[in-house]
Amino acid sequence: MPPARDAVVRRGLRHVGRAIAEQPGMFTLAVLASGLYGAMTVLSAFVIGELTDRVVLPAFDQGDTTAAALTLTVAVVLGVALLKILGILGRRLFAGIMAYRLQADYRRRVTAQYLRLPLSWHQRHPTGQLLSNANSDVEAAWFFVSPLPFACGALIMIAITVGALVATDPVLALVGLVVFPLVFAVNVVYSQVMSPRMRRAQQLRAEVSEIAHESFDAGLVVKTLGREDVEGERFSERAYELRDGLVAVGRVRGLFDPMMEALPSLGTLAVLLVGAGRVASGGTDAGDLVSVAYLFTLLALPIRAIGWVLADLPRALAGFDRVTPVLDATGETPHGAGTAVRGDGGAGLTLRAVDHAFDGAARPVLSGVTFDVAAGSTVAVVGPTGSGKSTLAGLLVRLVDPASGEVLLDGVDVRSLREGEVSAQAAFVPQGTFLFDDTVRGNVTLGGPYTDDEVRAALRVAAAEDFVDRLPEGLDTRVGERGATLSGGQRQRIALARAVVRRPRLLVLDDATSAVDPAVEARILDALRSHPANRADRPSTVVVVAYRQATIALADEVVWLEGGRVTARGSHEELLAAVPGYAALVRAYSQAEVAA
Amino acid sequence: MTGRRDGAVATLRRGLRAMPEFRRGLPATFALALVATAGRVVVPIAVQQVVDRGLLAPGGPDLGLVRTLVLVCAAVVLLTGVAVYRMNVRLFRTTETALAGLRTRAFRHVHDLSVLHQQGQRRGSLVSRVTSDVDQLSTFMQWGGVLGVVSLGQLVVATAVMFVYSWQLTLLVLVCFVPLGFAVRWFAKRLAVAYGVVRERVGDVLAAVSESVVGAPTVRAYGIRERTAARLDRSIGRHYRAQVDAQKVTAAVFVSGEFVAAIANAAVVVVGVLLGLAGHISAGTLIAFLFLVTLFVAPVQTASEVLNEAQNALAGFRRVLDVLDTEPDVRDPAATGAARDLPAGPLGVRLEHVGFRYAEGARPALQDVDLTLAPRRSYAVVGETGSGKTTLAKLVTRLMDPTEGRVLLGSDAAGWVPLTDVAFSSLRRRVGMVPQDGFLFDATVADNVRYGRPGLTDAQVTAAFEELGLGDWVRGLADGVATPVGQRGDSMSAGERQLVAIARAHVAAPDLLVLDEATSAVDPATERRLTLALDRLTEGRTTLTIAHRLSTAERADEVLVVDAGRVVQRGAHAELVDAVGPYAGLHASWRRSSAGEPERVA
Repeated sequence: MPPARDAVVRRGLRHVGRAIAEQPGMFTLAVLASGLYGAMTVLSAFVIGELTDRVVLPAFDQGDTTAAALTLTVAVVLGVALLKILGILGRRLFAGIMAYRLQADYRRRVTAQYLRLPLSWHQRHPTGQLLSNANSDVEAAWFFVSPLPFACGALIMIAITVGALVATDPVLALVGLVVFPLVFAVNVVYSQVMSPRMRRAQQLRAEVSEIAHESFDAGLVVKTLGREDVEGERFSERAYELRDGLVAVGRVRGLFDPMMEALPSLGTLAVLLVGAGRVASGGTDAGDLVSVAYLFTLLALPIRAIGWVLADLPRALAGFDRVTPVLDATGETPHGAGTAVRGDGGAGLTLRAVDHAFDGAARPVLSGVTFDVAAGSTVAVVGPTGSGKSTLAGLLVRLVDPASGEVLLDGVDVRSLREGEVSAQAAFVPQGTFLFDDTVRGNVTLGGPYTDDEVRAALRVAAAEDFVDRLPEGLDTRVGERGATLSGGQRQRIALARAVVRRPRLLVLDDATSAVDPAVEARILDALRSHPANRADRPSTVVVVAYRQATIALADEVVWLEGGRVTARGSHEELLAAVPGYAALVRAYSQAEVAA
Repeated sequence: MTGRRDGAVATLRRGLRAMPEFRRGLPATFALALVATAGRVVVPIAVQQVVDRGLLAPGGPDLGLVRTLVLVCAAVVLLTGVAVYRMNVRLFRTTETALAGLRTRAFRHVHDLSVLHQQGQRRGSLVSRVTSDVDQLSTFMQWGGVLGVVSLGQLVVATAVMFVYSWQLTLLVLVCFVPLGFAVRWFAKRLAVAYGVVRERVGDVLAAVSESVVGAPTVRAYGIRERTAARLDRSIGRHYRAQVDAQKVTAAVFVSGEFVAAIANAAVVVVGVLLGLAGHISAGTLIAFLFLVTLFVAPVQTASEVLNEAQNALAGFRRVLDVLDTEPDVRDPAATGAARDLPAGPLGVRLEHVGFRYAEGARPALQDVDLTLAPRRSYAVVGETGSGKTTLAKLVTRLMDPTEGRVLLGSDAAGWVPLTDVAFSSLRRRVGMVPQDGFLFDATVADNVRYGRPGLTDAQVTAAFEELGLGDWVRGLADGVATPVGQRGDSMSAGERQLVAIARAHVAAPDLLVLDEATSAVDPATERRLTLALDRLTEGRTTLTIAHRLSTAERADEVLVVDAGRVVQRGAHAELVDAVGPYAGLHASWRRSSAGEPERVA
């Protein structure tokens, strides 16, 4: 929704205000330094004039000069220059720090939102887009800050110059000052024309990044199907659209810059033209006119500096408008203040009338799901594809919240628990394994306080110790982005060790053992039951989404999920006898596994 | 792709070669730049003339002359404006076209690199090379480059005029600026390093963001939000510090120019006065000269600004060029013209003393593998995780080249062709691979299937699913084959993603099919249909399946058992299952997976 056209300039100025409000200290320092620089620039012109009058001309007139006079000259010139240098250093550094702090701040805020917002939000936003928001949009939003203090310092220069102008000849000053409304008018038109183009350019930038991210992600598929050229075309199409967008931006900017440059010159000329008439009619004298004309030339630089800031504002707004929805997005998973019961055995789990539906989907994924999992028991969730098993698994560890109904951990609604409570009690291994670009150790501990012995023990349970030992640097081997250097089975074992090392009271496995040997799978489940932290009579609670008979056989109870509803519960044998669909599914799988 | 630190000139030369579009129309743009430069120099001089000759004319103000001069000046200003505008537009068009070309070529080149290279790079970092690193160039090319040329022009003009006034003072000024030249060279190096670090940090930030976004479920499930946030903050902080460090060098560059200018000014006054006293120059000359010095200093200042932008741009440029300069280690022989097509008819596979190491000195992933796979037969490769199965599949599809020995495709009847001689167009058409995790694009089911063979209609895609026995599954989707699959296929289950990936391979109709069997389970009912469909698909084709399931091994014509990088057993399932060897052990462990359900369908 594009903002009203007349609002662009006002929004731009408010955005400038926002930058100043966020970094008042740095801004003040930078403006002071700019002021110093501006004052010294004017002063150095004045100093040269004074030196000419007091040192140069007398020397030529008298045919002699003194060492003192020359020393004074050097001292004054260098003194002014040093102050000017201080001004430059301060302006550059403080303005830079201000801009970079704003960037870093907003990157932190944006990425904090990425971590805070629920998975449903992530599913609606492509990764490439989010990368672009955190990078180029944030950069665009604060790009204008670097020249901002200079422009503000320039305002001081303008005020001084205008004061001097009015004092010298108010009528001529007025003529020349027509430049200012013109500068303003040009800028208003510029902002309005530029804003939609900038928005489009930033959008295209994000789309280019989106395609690149997706395509690099799909590298293997692209290669094996020989679709490199097609991908190249797809990217190129958008890259050239971005080019068109940027050229459209360039046309406007290309016109704006020379106009901002020409206006002060034209102002000076107007002053000269009118002034010549006034000199002729005796309204002013030639000397004053020369002074006024000179003062006018001084205005060119500050006006340009202000032009730089104004020219960048539409881009800044386009970037900021893309960042704001991320910062303002709600749907953050609210946490309560409660703590979970910290038993030494498995956690009890209760689902009461749980409904869940994805945004925009007509059919609910889960409806009226109600069942208990006794502490220390193992429950297998079985059901056909699309019956809602993964969603159910996610609900148990609060990756998603139910639309209605409740999930209770040891009788406490998980939504009332403090952040981190659920993950302290429960471990979840999803279908798709995700490894971080970290060492094997780092991927198992995830920063938790586990000793190497514990890590090794966990890897042993997950049947990963042997291959980890064979890696070049053992536990210290970096696994590459998303574990790229490991095979699918190896990744899955590390993900399992990650869960095991936590000795969770509740372990949720979403088809997470498909790549490991059933014997290994049984060992993992056994290990959890007989974990030193658990008394033998109080094992961990395990919920496992499974197909394998071997896995199902380990379960005390099977929950049969069909079309988002629990339609049967019981032991494997009971369900085999009572539920034809279950029998068909399990047998079909068994046949697929064994069939010859 | 570890950055070569070339000098600025070498980088620019490489860069210009990588951007042929940029050179097109450049002379006209430079002509306009010269007009713009002339305008910028003429305007202050013209104003000076109006004042000197018109207003301060000896006989009082000459109003007629003032009017004429003002009008001429206005015309010059407008003309300059038009020239700048035209130049800007041209420059924007050529640079953006050149950059779009550069982006596209870099992107395309990433896909030319082997899977090994691609895996070695983080996605976020690769993305930054075709996005923000390229963006970094545009500012410089549209603004810095021209400004640099203009400043140089101004510098030359100012120097020439200064010489006319006083050669002694001109030499003095030049001498003052010589040390600046050395300083600038030194700064340029430091800037190059500083900005190189900044660009690298940008890549790090993007990689960290990418990880936290793609790994969102894991971050939440393990309650490691704070840790992930701390990692992100760290990379953002490091980027920030790199920016500030670069800014410090930048500030130093400006300051040194300012400092030298001040010294030159002071020297000119002192020496000028002394020269004047010696009768070499007049007071007027000295005053005029002091004005000229400011004309000389301004472009020097601008030039240092340009130098700064240039180093910033070069840092991004190097990263983009590093991608382009990375030689693909698996090359399409068609590029060198010596390519052959695969022989018509069914394809067999032959490996001759094949060995593979992922890195120099690393443990071999495969060693001394010698085998021939006959056309139109199905083979199952089995083995422990990490035994080399996947490596074998990657070598047969030429995703990588063996470090020892060679791989050939063909048949005894039609002849054998070394894979390295086969044109990619022929290879990818005839040899198909279904990776373990069949990546889906954020598009519809039909679009994803069409990826295997462009141009198929939705009806043909639907028909392909029917052929695979998946007609009812497709009909069950909200919009049939027009159903969107979500990012990376996220709105489908792992099983459903496999169905689409298999249909994609089906329409590609390869003669040799390499399947890396997915480990996650498909709905058993679908799994069974799929097994039947795969039967139909593999019929008449050579199939190499990396098997994780007993059923797959049992159904294959032959089983290859891989252990620690060697093929240790080979033969039909029935023969191997009773033989002494690793296969019997694997089989026993598989059998346990169906414990409790001893029935076996023959």
